[in-house]
This record gives sequence, structure tokens and C-alpha cells, in this order.
Amino acid sequence: MTNTLFIDGKEVEYTDEPNLLEVIRKAGMNVPTFCYRPDLTSFGACRMCVVEVEGRGIQSSCTMPPEPGLKIHLNTEKTRRIRKTVLELLLANHDRSCLTCEKSGDCELQKYSEEYGIKKIRYADKDEYLPIDDTSPSIVRDPNKCILCGACVRACTEFQGHSVLGFVNRGSKTVVEPIRPLGQSDCVNCGQCVAVCPTGALTIKSNIDDVWSRITDPTKRVIAHIAPSVRVALGEMFGLEPGENTIGKIDAALRKIGFDMVFDTNFGADLTIMEEATEFLDRLKTGKNLPLFTSCCPAWIKYIETMHPDMLNHLSSCKSPMSMQSPVLVDLVPKMLGIDRKDLTVVAIMPCTAKKFEALRPEMSQNGVQDTDFVLTTKELGKMIKTAGIDFNALEPEKPDSPFGEYSGAGTIFGASGGVAEAAVRTAYEFATGEILKDVDIKELRGTTNRCRDVEIDIKGTKVVVRVVSTLKEAEKSLKEIKSGKAQFQMLEVMACPGGCINGGGQPTSCNNSKIKAERAAGLYKEDRELSERKSHMNSSVQKLYQEFLEHPNSHKAHELLHTVYTDRLKNSYRNIESV
Amino acid sequence: MLGGADMSIATKISTKKLDEILQIYDYKKSNLIAILQKVQEEYRYLPEEAMIYIGTKIEGLSPATVLGVATFYAQFSLEPKGKFEIKVCDGTACHVRGSMPVLNAIRQKLNMKEGQLTSENGLFSLETVSCLGACGLAPVVVINEKVYPQMTSDAINIVLDTLLKEEE
Repeated sequence: MTNTLFIDGKEVEYTDEPNLLEVIRKAGMNVPTFCYRPDLTSFGACRMCVVEVEGRGIQSSCTMPPEPGLKIHLNTEKTRRIRKTVLELLLANHDRSCLTCEKSGDCELQKYSEEYGIKKIRYADKDEYLPIDDTSPSIVRDPNKCILCGACVRACTEFQGHSVLGFVNRGSKTVVEPIRPLGQSDCVNCGQCVAVCPTGALTIKSNIDDVWSRITDPTKRVIAHIAPSVRVALGEMFGLEPGENTIGKIDAALRKIGFDMVFDTNFGADLTIMEEATEFLDRLKTGKNLPLFTSCCPAWIKYIETMHPDMLNHLSSCKSPMSMQSPVLVDLVPKMLGIDRKDLTVVAIMPCTAKKFEALRPEMSQNGVQDTDFVLTTKELGKMIKTAGIDFNALEPEKPDSPFGEYSGAGTIFGASGGVAEAAVRTAYEFATGEILKDVDIKELRGTTNRCRDVEIDIKGTKVVVRVVSTLKEAEKSLKEIKSGKAQFQMLEVMACPGGCINGGGQPTSCNNSKIKAERAAGLYKEDRELSERKSHMNSSVQKLYQEFLEHPNSHKAHELLHTVYTDRLKNSYRNIESV
Repeated sequence: MLGGADMSIATKISTKKLDEILQIYDYKKSNLIAILQKVQEEYRYLPEEAMIYIGTKIEGLSPATVLGVATFYAQFSLEPKGKFEIKVCDGTACHVRGSMPVLNAIRQKLNMKEGQLTSENGLFSLETVSCLGACGLAPVVVINEKVYPQMTSDAINIVLDTLLKEEE
């Protein structure tokens, strides 16, 4: 039902918006906020979004539901004064080293302080600085920059059901903390806390300097491969629309920065499907270890290892696209270039903070050397492009290097929730039946808002149910179903970030607009439609790699390079309380 | 964050005992405060392992959430408390009637530093509270359940001497 209310004298329609702030935004206006995130519950902590409601006084617009006929005013003497006071009080307790802050330029506190004309902080600097927690390979936590908006706590709880971060103590002593330093905690490194943090309290652990030093080193050849989701989000850092595919510009920018060769993780995704589809069909045949869990998401892997080590057998033994692509490059590129492995640096460009953890896993190393030397997130790459003074938008698109830069549409949709399952089904169908799958668009598997969906696939008479979930909170429900014997699905695709990797913790900030996920996903599906090959096994470079090197899917060589094992992390976790 | 290793040495918790307590309260999230009270009764504080254990056993909770509740309420202690829990009221009435000299006398007698919760021998714990609602008796000290009215430095010394003697 449509009702109306008045914003600054203008009649505005609304339907099912949960709060005034959403009505305001829908009407094309805005009020500042730190704690409100459309994908999380309203919290009403920061008081920046206050508006004046006639007859009701000052109200926080993020918690007040709309009512017909309400007359609200966004920008009054009173609201301006309140917001300014809120900012001053927040700054009184805030680390003031803005210039050197990782979040500088992308910080909402900095932005609103500027917009509200804070020229001086009337209060003395805080007298006690708390230690910075940089124990995690993915996330840096600086409590001195925390404004206690609680967005990270809600993200950890409402997305992942994991609650690694929580409020500790009360009143002026309140801090947001994990029970152990992040690197030693259950944190799965998904980075959703970073994605929703309005300040520099939670930031991505940067590997930019590591990569620059390798690029500068004349003895090193540096190569990169780029994950699907990066191409439809990086442009946002340069004023382009979400979902605009900039892969050609990214390839060009990387070469300008000084990368010697540029490949595409989508090639690795195609490899993943070759292996995973074969593995899935094997499991269907034997009926063992079903449902099969996809294994591309490093946050999901760590979650299972920590919380449900008894279910590790369900996980596909396939490495992720990143960790398939890198060892193939490590094995073959030095031969192509006539150099030693030690003179090659492999950089993976990912939408994901947890990939930094994955790269460090001993299983992803050969002879003690990591296959992926460094992981850069989309945001870090954007910063490097800026450092290099490259006019990104003016770049002429370039092609990736051959042969590990070619990919199918199946590879590119890996970035969206449901994409891995769709890619697997496209190939599994043809592997199982020997027939050509005519309609490759399995639209029921797609979507960035519905976090759990079951889709029945008919593989020539054999009915298979594929479940797609995003967020670990949803995944946990599916695991419970399996444990109670009620599960009716044979494949479970899990991506820890809501909507999939396109909304990863390393992507450009998008937490104030929940539509961006769908736009980025649409960018990937568009590329899929436009590619000549849309099935992983039709990627001619992949076919060639199998002919010349890997023999066939699940071969001995493939297992050596492309498959992995998992670890019971509960055993050594602080969660594992010894019974006395 | 919690101290980790150091604190784990302090008390060996019994998961059996914790399960008994959790059982009474049906492993329910909404009973968390009651559960923590029972655990504190058992150990005289909330051992880290106990909080982690509870956080992993109750659906919808995590160790960090339990820590959050435990540190929010003044009634919960993360350090072991003494056999005798001394509460010195420092509400307005008690304060103006001289609660601070009483507090200092206790510290001196028990050889405790400012900010120290429990005496070296583990016998006494000492904290100030805001108001006990017995302003007519100010300044008030409560030891375990017993109220000691109109305290002075001398009077509290006699009380403590008696308790120490009992313990010998």
C-alpha cells in the first residue's frame, strides 16, 4: 500500500520502507549516519541521522517507522547543531592521525566532519591509547578509531552467525573486541566487519608495499591474476557505475603499474569446475559424502574446520580458483620465461580478505614457497592505480596474457552467489549425459537477496537438488538439516559474504546501498552472455592444459596440483574446553 | 580481550558442573544471566573457560557475546573473589560521612593496593559500590551478606580482626 508523508514540505510516497531513513533516501535525499546499514538491523547508536518530526520533536530516522502524514525536516538549526555535537563528541575519543590512516579518503567520520565544518576539536586528546591488533593476516583492528556504532558486531552476528566481535565492558569503557586477538580467534576473515565499518577501526591488512617492492626489484618477474568480482567493482573507485566490467582496463593498468604478465582467475575457475563437476558426479554415483560442499570460499572453509570438523568429508577436495590458478602458473610460467621459481612473484587480485589467509595455508605451498605470494584486494589495487598516477578511465582496454587468461562465461559467474553451482551444473550435465545442454541460463540459481534457495536440476532423468546459500548464518542452518538427516539436497554452494564474492570484504565500500550487489552480479552475468564459450570444459586453453599436462580431471597430476586436504581446527581452538 | 593462558591456570573448571547448570536453565539464551550467576556462585568468579564453554553450548551465543554480558554487569567478576566479599558503600551519603577513610583503613589492614580486587591470600575481596540504600546508617560496609553500619577506621579494624581470627 502506498502512503505519503512530507519531507521538508515536499509530499513523498512510501510503501514498505522499514524506517524514515529509507524513505528519505528513496526520495533522493539523505541524512548522515554511521551505524545504519540497510542490510543490518537498525541500531540507533550514532544519532547522526536525527530529523525533526513535527509534533514529535527530534527522532533518529533510522529507527522511526514512517507514518502517513508525518511532517519531517532534515536540515534545521536544531538537527545541524545536534549532528555537529555528535561529531565533536565522537572526535573527542578518536585517534586524530587522519593523515596516516588506512581509511583516509574513504572514512565517513572524516567526510561528515568536513561537511559539517568541524574546524576545531574542543576537547583534549584521549589520554590512553589501546594497542592495535594486527595479528590477523586479513584484518587490522584499531580500537582507538572505533566509534562504537556496532555495525561490525551486527555484521559478524547477522551475516555469519559467528559473533567473533562483541561489545565488552560498559559506558565510557566500552570497546568492541574479539575474545582473543583476531589472528588467534575463530574469525573466518570474511571482512564483512571491515566492509561496514565507517571509520579506520577495522581495515584490510595491506600487502601493497610487499607488491611494490617486488615490482621494483629488477630480478623479479611479477605476474597477476584477477578474480571475477574485481572487474565489476573496481570502477566504482574511479567514479564508474557498479557492475561496469573494466577487466580490459584492469589488465592495462596492471601492465602500466609494472606487472610482467596478467592472467585471469576465471581460467582457474574453469579448472575448478572441471575437477569439481567430475568429483560431484563420482559422489553421486557412489552416494558417498553427499551433499557435496563447494570449497571456493576460504571463510566457509575455515568455518567448517573450526565449527564442524566432523563434516569435512563433505567438502569438495578442489582448491579454490585462486589456489588452482597460482600453482599452474608457478609450474608453467617460469618455463615459459626461462626463469627460476624464486624469481617469480604471483599476485592474486581478489574481492576477498579471507584469500590472504588462504594463501598462507601450508597446503597452498610447494616446497615451502606459497603458490600465491601476495593477495591484493580490489581496494588495494585501486589504491595502487592511484599511486601510479594512472588515469584509469582513459585506459585503452587490453587482453590478458595467453594461455592462462582465457575463460568461459561459467568462470566469470563464480563471483555471484549461485554462480559456482550454475557453472558446475553446466559442465556436470554434459559430462554425465554426453549431450549438449541447450539452455545454459539456470536463472533459479541466481540472486543476491534471497540467501537460501533450492533448485531441482534434471540431468536426463536423474533429479539433483542444488542448494545455494550465502552468509554463514544460512550455511549453519543447512548443516543442521544435514546433521538431523532432513537434508534433501545433493550439492551445497556456500559463499560467506551476502550475495557472494561481488560483495566481498575487499570490495570498494558499498555498505550504504544494498542495490550495488545486484548491479555487480548483473555485470558478471552480462559478461557471461557475451562470451563465446559459456561452459568451463569448452575453454580451449583448459582443454589444452589437460591434454598436455594434467591428463584428465581428477588424475594423479590434477590431484597433486589442484586438490587439497582440510584441517580440524577445533582440536587446537580455545573453544575446545577440556572436560574435567 | 581476555588474558588467555594466565587465567586458565587459575581455575580448572568442571564441564560436568557447567552442564548441570546449563541443564537447569534449559541451555536457553534468555537465561544467560541466571546461568552466569550460578557459575559465579560455584567458582566465586567467572573463569574464562566457563564463559567460552557456555558461549559454545547455548544456541545463538558465542564466547564474545557471553564476555559482553559478563563485563556489562557489575555483579560479575572476571577475577576470583575472596571468601569474604567486602563492599564499601561510596554513595553520596556514605562518602560525606567518611567512607574513604574506612576504605583506606581496610586496604592498609589487608595490605591491598588501589585497584586490587582480591587480597594475596585470596581471603578478602574489596570493592566500592554506589549506593546500598542504607543512607541512614552511613557509612556502610557489607561483608558477604552482613551489614556493618556507621563504620569508622577503628571499627572496621575490629571487624576484620574478628574475621581473621575466625580463619586461623
